[in-house]
Amino acid sequence: MGEFKVHRVRFFDYMPTAIRAMAFNAHTERLALGRMDGSVEIFNFADRYFQEKVIPGKDSRSIEALCWVGGRLFSAGLNGEITEYDLETLRPKYSLEAYGGPIWTITSNSQGAHLAIGCEDGTVKLFEVLEESIQFERNLDRQKGRIISLSWHPSGTQIAAGMMDMIRVFDVPTGRAVQRLLVDRGFGGSKSRETVVWSVVFLSDCTIISGDSAGKVQVWDGHTGTLVKTHLVTKWDVLALSVSKDESSVVVGTSEGTVIQFQFIAPTLQQQQDKEWVRTRTFKNHTHDVRALAEIETAIVSGGMDTQLVVRPLLEKFDERSHASALRKIQFPHRNLVFCAKKAGLLLFQFPGQLELWRLGESDGHGKPGDSLPLKRKPEKLLHLKRKGEDHICCSALSSCGGWLAYSTMSSVRLYRLQTDNNDISISKVPKLPKILRSAHQLCFSSDSSKLFAASSQSSVLVIALSQSECKYVHTLKPKSGSRQPIHLMTNSVDGKWLATANSDCEIHVYNVQKLKLHCIVPVYGSCPSAMGIHPTTNNLTMVHADQQIFEYSIVEKQYTDWSRKLQKQGLHNLWLDRDTPVTHVTFNPKNPEQILLHDMHMFCIIDQSLPLPDQKTQFYNQMTLRSLSEQERPSHLHAFKICKTFQDLLSVSLLDDQSLVMVERPLLAITCQLPAPVRQKKFAT
Amino acid sequence: MAALYEGFTLCGLVQTQNASDSPIQGIELDGDSDHAVVTDSTRSVTLYKVSDQKPLGSWTVKQGQLLTCPAVFNFQTKEYVVVSDNKVIRVWKDEDLNLDKAFKATVTADVWRVHSAPGGEPVVLFQRGAVRFLDSLLSAPQQPVEDVLSEEEVIRWSTNIVAEEQHFVLFTTEQKGECCLYVQRLNPNTLQKYRLEREDSGASPLSFSASLQDKHLNLLYLYPNGCVYQSVVAARGYVGLEGVQALPRSLRLMVPVGEGELGAASAVALDEAHVAVVGVPHPSARTGKDFLCIWNTNFQTLQAGKEMAGRIHGQVWCYLGKLFVSHGKALSVIPYECQKSSLASALGKLRHTGLAGNAALPHGTSTGRISIKCNCSQRNVKLGVNCVQPQPHQTGPVDEVQREVEALVSRGDAQDLQLSVGQLACHLVARSQAETAFYTPVALAQLVQTQFLCHSVCPGLLLLSLEHKDYFLCQLCLQLFPDIPEVVTCACLKTFISNEVLQTPYSDNFLLPHLKDLDTQQVILFLQYLQFVYLKYSQDVYTQTPGLRSPTMTQIIDWVCLLLDAHFTVLVMAPDAKGLLSNLQSFVKSQVKLFSELGKIESSLQELHKMKLSKDISQYSIEVIELF
Repeated sequence: MGEFKVHRVRFFDYMPTAIRAMAFNAHTERLALGRMDGSVEIFNFADRYFQEKVIPGKDSRSIEALCWVGGRLFSAGLNGEITEYDLETLRPKYSLEAYGGPIWTITSNSQGAHLAIGCEDGTVKLFEVLEESIQFERNLDRQKGRIISLSWHPSGTQIAAGMMDMIRVFDVPTGRAVQRLLVDRGFGGSKSRETVVWSVVFLSDCTIISGDSAGKVQVWDGHTGTLVKTHLVTKWDVLALSVSKDESSVVVGTSEGTVIQFQFIAPTLQQQQDKEWVRTRTFKNHTHDVRALAEIETAIVSGGMDTQLVVRPLLEKFDERSHASALRKIQFPHRNLVFCAKKAGLLLFQFPGQLELWRLGESDGHGKPGDSLPLKRKPEKLLHLKRKGEDHICCSALSSCGGWLAYSTMSSVRLYRLQTDNNDISISKVPKLPKILRSAHQLCFSSDSSKLFAASSQSSVLVIALSQSECKYVHTLKPKSGSRQPIHLMTNSVDGKWLATANSDCEIHVYNVQKLKLHCIVPVYGSCPSAMGIHPTTNNLTMVHADQQIFEYSIVEKQYTDWSRKLQKQGLHNLWLDRDTPVTHVTFNPKNPEQILLHDMHMFCIIDQSLPLPDQKTQFYNQMTLRSLSEQERPSHLHAFKICKTFQDLLSVSLLDDQSLVMVERPLLAITCQLPAPVRQKKFAT
Repeated sequence: MAALYEGFTLCGLVQTQNASDSPIQGIELDGDSDHAVVTDSTRSVTLYKVSDQKPLGSWTVKQGQLLTCPAVFNFQTKEYVVVSDNKVIRVWKDEDLNLDKAFKATVTADVWRVHSAPGGEPVVLFQRGAVRFLDSLLSAPQQPVEDVLSEEEVIRWSTNIVAEEQHFVLFTTEQKGECCLYVQRLNPNTLQKYRLEREDSGASPLSFSASLQDKHLNLLYLYPNGCVYQSVVAARGYVGLEGVQALPRSLRLMVPVGEGELGAASAVALDEAHVAVVGVPHPSARTGKDFLCIWNTNFQTLQAGKEMAGRIHGQVWCYLGKLFVSHGKALSVIPYECQKSSLASALGKLRHTGLAGNAALPHGTSTGRISIKCNCSQRNVKLGVNCVQPQPHQTGPVDEVQREVEALVSRGDAQDLQLSVGQLACHLVARSQAETAFYTPVALAQLVQTQFLCHSVCPGLLLLSLEHKDYFLCQLCLQLFPDIPEVVTCACLKTFISNEVLQTPYSDNFLLPHLKDLDTQQVILFLQYLQFVYLKYSQDVYTQTPGLRSPTMTQIIDWVCLLLDAHFTVLVMAPDAKGLLSNLQSFVKSQVKLFSELGKIESSLQELHKMKLSKDISQYSIEVIELF
């Protein structure tokens, strides 16, 4: 196949923020995840945990808790506001000041009619959920001390509230506090410190389970207000609790990074009637605080300070080994944060608060495979562009010539003209953008840099014509389907004729940009596309989906290509299908039209369409074997998937016009290094 | 140290007509480690269960036929193989009762031996030197067999060695007083011939024994003059060499032969450092040559001896910790034990590998021990005190003795000092023991300081000095003798505690029973002393000068362990030991904690070490990759 010169880039200091809250919607199988920076991510657990949507954060927003009511998502935070999100426009629908000081928690009753919030001022406030909004209804009896955690009894008539040193049970109809459960303080020096009841759950049989800052998990009888059992599980805090749907299992998350499961079981086989809460399993998949937790049907989902989302399957719920029964760690976003100007050799890094533009280094001379070449010129940071306003950057784009740069926040789009002569770079903001261009979910430039495409609301695309002097609105491309979902992928062809978009409804539209009209809709496949690209010469559209399937669609002929049919007929190799991170980028080699380049977090792959497809018996990861074979033997062992795992923790792979590859790595170790010290340090050699 | 244990008789022996012939042809193992296959010199093969001294089966050939080679066990097919009347190979199984009905094949040439070893196919060695695998021979018994040896060359001894997929047949030949070693490697087959160095007397070796150590074939052979030589042949290599090579030898041991030369004697190597010799006199017993002795070749010391009743046939076999010796009218089995020599353990228990390597060194390489060997080799030169006229040490007063000793020592003629010093010391000790008034501390100290003495040469010396409370001499002995028995060490302990006692070599097993003889007060005192010494050294472990004779930390701890082992129950009961023991416990606890912390640091430092090895990848590099 050949040699490639690789720019191995590790200077993108991408740093995800800590996970603060999560809420799982069992009906839609969507997990909503709230991070410290105020961003909200939606994962589709029915589609390989694909990160379907991202609502960008905002400086002033904080999320302490998330809550689903039907398909509607609410959050509350220490800024004292309740926010409902519009999951179609990916922005807050409205925010409501609760007038109770910082809000620590929000939870809905099982009927979905009311929301309860716990406030710093000691009130539990009830809000009625209306069609389009929510409305304050009343306060429950005001208490001394903040309300940290809340849980509705499934009947909706009582609420348990975790506070400082105690748990209160309220009767909802009257608003009276009916029980007061005193929570012990910790031992020793922590005796003087108040115990914070970080989390409570209220079960159907009126059992209340609490987790507190003294490291205890306590089981209470809600009828009598008596303590049934105390489990001391950690020296530090028990932060999060989650109960399974059938109330037979409770998981708790601690500051040590452990998740501990309690199950409601009979301690002996003889007395099946006398069930009690028994500590059963401990999982350690985090290094830091586990702040957010959800026990779903087949797995425990956890997240916290160490920024990764962990899906730990409960193996007893699986009959056979599959991708679903494997531990999943989601560390990187399922979308691009790196953009490459292929002609100019520039890299654009997108951070929530700024953009960085880098020029790649240069080397001279050649080397053998495995060599590092001496650098003639080091990489150089050309630009550090801070965003304006408090909204975080949600998307950005760099033209392939390196002359244009654009980014969008929730409230505005900014376009810049870049001029580089040798070592000088000048940047000028393009004034007076068309009014219609207010925000975008995705941005991309046409390959000749004459147009800017901006994905707008309801899956529409704005076409903006660019020239030296002005920038002009041309047209809005609208899908026929009438989908209201946002576009999360957009790509255009090198010849400037075609533009393809993909939305969260898994629809892929192809537009003819010259005629400014919809060309065709690719048959909808059940899994969300995670990456796509249009071939520079054949104009075939290659799509990779969250479930790892690959399709190739001929835009001209409006049908799947023969290669794609062959691939589907034969099926992809199991080792390909079992990979646990989605492909996030598809690109092509203009010099070799047979080659499709794609990558996920753990590998980089070149698919050579001229070679036979591997069947299940073929050795799939065969590069090592091929290396060891002689040139005569090699051809008989070749297959289409050439996978390189030399580069790890990949955020981006692109092919420059000079045929060299750019691999942007962000080693997880580097992310870990930037985290604060965990409460429990791993001791030497223990 | 090594020891011979109480033996037992495996079977009686039938006297042959010719008294010089041995009644046993050979002893071989079969699949069971407790079995021995004994072939007598006439017609029978008997299988014994050794620990029960019980025959399990016996096979005999017809009257008129004769077994001409020891029966062996084919470990691959679980069959026994024997040769009768030189040409008939018989193969039978455990369950076969009658040897005549068993499989037999007649071959075209006379067989010398069939050899078999676990892990290898049996091989047949013909009298004219040809070698065949048994299998291939039996598949075509009438195949022609070539002559390897010249007309008058006869095989004296043979063996085979199987190790790590290597298979050797070794045999020695004799022709007009010249001895040769043939090394036949199998698969691929190569034959190499070596000429043994001729002994001055022109005598041929009495016995051979071969072993594979460190990828070298070690051949050990005993001459009638008591010299045990070792020759080393590399197990690999030299394949391309043509012709006859001279085989260099090194003297491993000089066995005292007493009067006349050895007749029926045999030496077998037990491990790198120990050799069992049968048919030799005991140096400190009467002159009869009917002893089985274990010698340490590193230190030239006698480790154990046992008198064997009746005439010794000069045969000894060594299998799995047991020596099989035919003597008189019995075949005796004597279990033995060889421990790593105690000096080695005193020098630090890890020195063992070094010593083992030493044994495998080719001839001529000088080592620390070589000087002693030279001295030994001169022992048969009749020099020494006999030349000193008159001999005051036998009757003269102390000062005359002193003069004699000074004269002897100052001669500085190291060649013959070894023997004379030993004899003189023995005489002096004997006289001191006989005459209570006679004691020559200065002379004895001088003799000890020559460093030619060791405990086994003059066993009474140290006890004598103890008797006379001559602690200076005691210290000297403790310092310089490599082979003080544990019982004597304990006797010294009882009398006084010193740095020196702790450093005497010992072996746990042998020392422990003697340690039990100490009384409680002595134990407590000793423990206190040990604790003091340990604390002292642990404080200035880095300032310890190597020149100073001080025990190592390990030695001290070893002694503490031994003492506690020997006296724990007594110490627990003794009220005055309580404080000491609890002190010791807390001290040990703190040390354990310290060391566990050190262990942690070690492993994390090791991690750091590992991490350094991993490729340091910078923020940016341009690399070349290749995809296939």
